[in-house]
Amino acid sequence: MTLPRRRFDTLIIGAGGAGLNAALQLAGSGLRVAVVSKVFPTRSHTVAAQGGVNAALANVLPDTWHWHMFDTVKGSDYLGDQDAIEFMCREAIPTVYDLEHMGVPFSRLDSGKIYQRAFGGQSQDFGGPQAARTCAAADRTGHAILHALYQQNIRARTHFFDEYFAIDLLRDDEGAVLGALVLEIESGEPLLIEAKTTLIATGGCGQVFRTTSNARINTGDGMAMALRAGIPLQDMEFFQFHPTGIAGKGKLITEGVRGEGGYLINGEGERFMERYAPNARDLAGRDVVARAIVTEIMEGRGCGINKDYVLLRVDHLGEELIASRLPGIRESARIFAGIDPVLEPIPVFPTAHYSMGGIPTDRFGRVVAPAGEGAEEVVPGLYAAGECACASVHGANRLGGNSLLDILVFGRAAGKDIVEYIKENPHHRPMSEASLDQALSRLLYWAQTEKKPSGKGKAKPAKVTSVRELREEFRKVMEDHAGVFRTHKTLSEGVKLLKSIRKQLAGIHLKDHSKVFNVARIEALELENMIDVGMAIATSALGRKESRGAHSRPDFAARDDRQWMKHSLYFKEKDRLEYKPVRSKPMTVKSFPPMERTY
Amino acid sequence: MSREAGSRERPGAEAGERLRWQCRRGMLELDLLLESFLERDYPSLSDPEKRDFTRLLEMQDPQLHDWIMGDKSPDDPAFSPLILALRETLGQP
Ligand SMILES: Cc1cc2nc3c(=O)[nH]c(=O)nc-3n(C[C@H](O)[C@H](O)[C@H](O)COP(=O)(O)OP(=O)(O)OC[C@H]3O[C@@H](n4cnc5c(N)ncnc54)[C@H](O)[C@@H]3O)c2cc1C
Repeated sequence: MTLPRRRFDTLIIGAGGAGLNAALQLAGSGLRVAVVSKVFPTRSHTVAAQGGVNAALANVLPDTWHWHMFDTVKGSDYLGDQDAIEFMCREAIPTVYDLEHMGVPFSRLDSGKIYQRAFGGQSQDFGGPQAARTCAAADRTGHAILHALYQQNIRARTHFFDEYFAIDLLRDDEGAVLGALVLEIESGEPLLIEAKTTLIATGGCGQVFRTTSNARINTGDGMAMALRAGIPLQDMEFFQFHPTGIAGKGKLITEGVRGEGGYLINGEGERFMERYAPNARDLAGRDVVARAIVTEIMEGRGCGINKDYVLLRVDHLGEELIASRLPGIRESARIFAGIDPVLEPIPVFPTAHYSMGGIPTDRFGRVVAPAGEGAEEVVPGLYAAGECACASVHGANRLGGNSLLDILVFGRAAGKDIVEYIKENPHHRPMSEASLDQALSRLLYWAQTEKKPSGKGKAKPAKVTSVRELREEFRKVMEDHAGVFRTHKTLSEGVKLLKSIRKQLAGIHLKDHSKVFNVARIEALELENMIDVGMAIATSALGRKESRGAHSRPDFAARDDRQWMKHSLYFKEKDRLEYKPVRSKPMTVKSFPPMERTY
Repeated sequence: MSREAGSRERPGAEAGERLRWQCRRGMLELDLLLESFLERDYPSLSDPEKRDFTRLLEMQDPQLHDWIMGDKSPDDPAFSPLILALRETLGQP
């Protein structure tokens, strides 16, 4: 069989906000651009973002990009790179105006200017009064942005490969990236896409946790592709959890419910938040509430037969208030939990929401990695942007509304830099057949009817026999051992269990060997990716012996700037960790020194 | 210009797998409901209902979400019973 090959100037893997905004920059410069997406582009996860996108437009209250920068640095618990943060906050303003010109229907003030909402973590004057910085298109900002970008790309003749699944990157001996091997899901046929530059924009990986607010497609594919290509992942221990997801389902229940007087109770009917945060109680910070819930459950005070969730009570608020102030909550609880919250409390558990870590990049979207023993270098021809990347603007925690901003700003920055790169490197490099063989072998692996133990990773006789079963076991291990509550004990046990799961996967084979629309095969490839990413999260979390931002270790409860003001880098080879310094020097302004983070 | 897949009819298991992939959406809510529906409710639908479901999957995510949450009702009457069933699919014992 000869493998079909296509050539483009640029290959973009992922058609969410990051990928599409990059593609648009490129198409405008006359380059040939291929965008590959495993689902139809407007079904990318960006569609789910409702809240909005931050920019210091100062339309509602006074604001400057410098205040936005301060809030972002503080929110990151000082782990964000201040040059990248300055760049993002400055770029936010033209970025939102660009979207406006593209026709994104932002909600407006009577004056005709874009309306801006107040979100948590936004301040005026470097930590002063509340700011209003979030621009929204009603409650469907993500959809409006994605839709506008998609239409613009169609007009610009971007070439879309819809329902193609990227398998692996191709890299030559000098480390340059040459494109990727992809699979057409419909026909089951592989295709080699050769490109002078490749941008990974595959989004998040929330599916690695059992309870998540992320769609099923968020399996961290691009992150795992980078790992397999020898590139590390940065700051993977930082994962944001939202305290109230519907138990067993993950769907978010907004903070507004507690804002309106809803409160949490444990299996003994106790309002336990009073013990953890005597003043703020149920309105304490997200991480505080999430940790309290998990602690209650771990100490045996959960609800239900398995005592594995707590309850969110709103019934005391009355039907009328629920209908007027919390529309949608009643329907959500009814549809997803099968209960009516006017009569019964809602079962909840913290839900995995956002990955702050990812593929390390500079502020031009170029992937950077340590070269041997030396300093970090740019990986030639490789870019990353969006939730799969780590620029790093969110550091140890992300502020609401900063993620849509991140994907747009760095998607565009990557697009611009790619244009320059191709000017200097106008030719395709020769394909590395060795790298291609390796990528193909991953595909062939799942076509075998029986697994032959390959290489040193000896297949373990599988306890579970299906990909689905193993996936559920894996996600539970991640939740129990590397989720909200993490100590040396839970994490080291978790890493051991993950290693065993990795071996079990090698013992599973698929029953369905048809080529056409073989979803089981895609799910197997996704599980492989999830396990690689899960290992990165657990290993990095075990390594970081402090608490910072979203990473909280009761066994190392304080932030330790002396030892830990540094980024983690996890390498798949030998599950190794390295560290690199935080870039605390901004582009033009003075650095914000670490302070205690109080709100 | 749309290149949305899933509109072509194909018989057999292959069609089932194709539908399964069309149930992968950008919102967790839709994933949960569509996946459950496909597994427990879809097999007992009549052929015309199955075709309606395939058509329903071509709708945009926020549109489907609004219909299911009851914020708006679908203009195509053939979708109404499917939306009702989707609303119930997780609540069933
Ligand atoms: C419920 C929810 C609400 C949110 N609300 C907000 C908000 O209000 N404001 C905010 O700033 N942020 C919000 N976020 C976060 C934000 O939506 C995401 O971080 C952001 O949309 C990610 O965009 P992206 O372009 O990086 O990736 P995505 O939009 O996730 O796109 C990823 C793309 O990669 C493709 N892909 C993945 N793997 C492969 C593969 N193997 N082969 C081919 N293609 C592949 C997918 O098909 C998709 O096209 C929210 C997140 C959630 C879960």
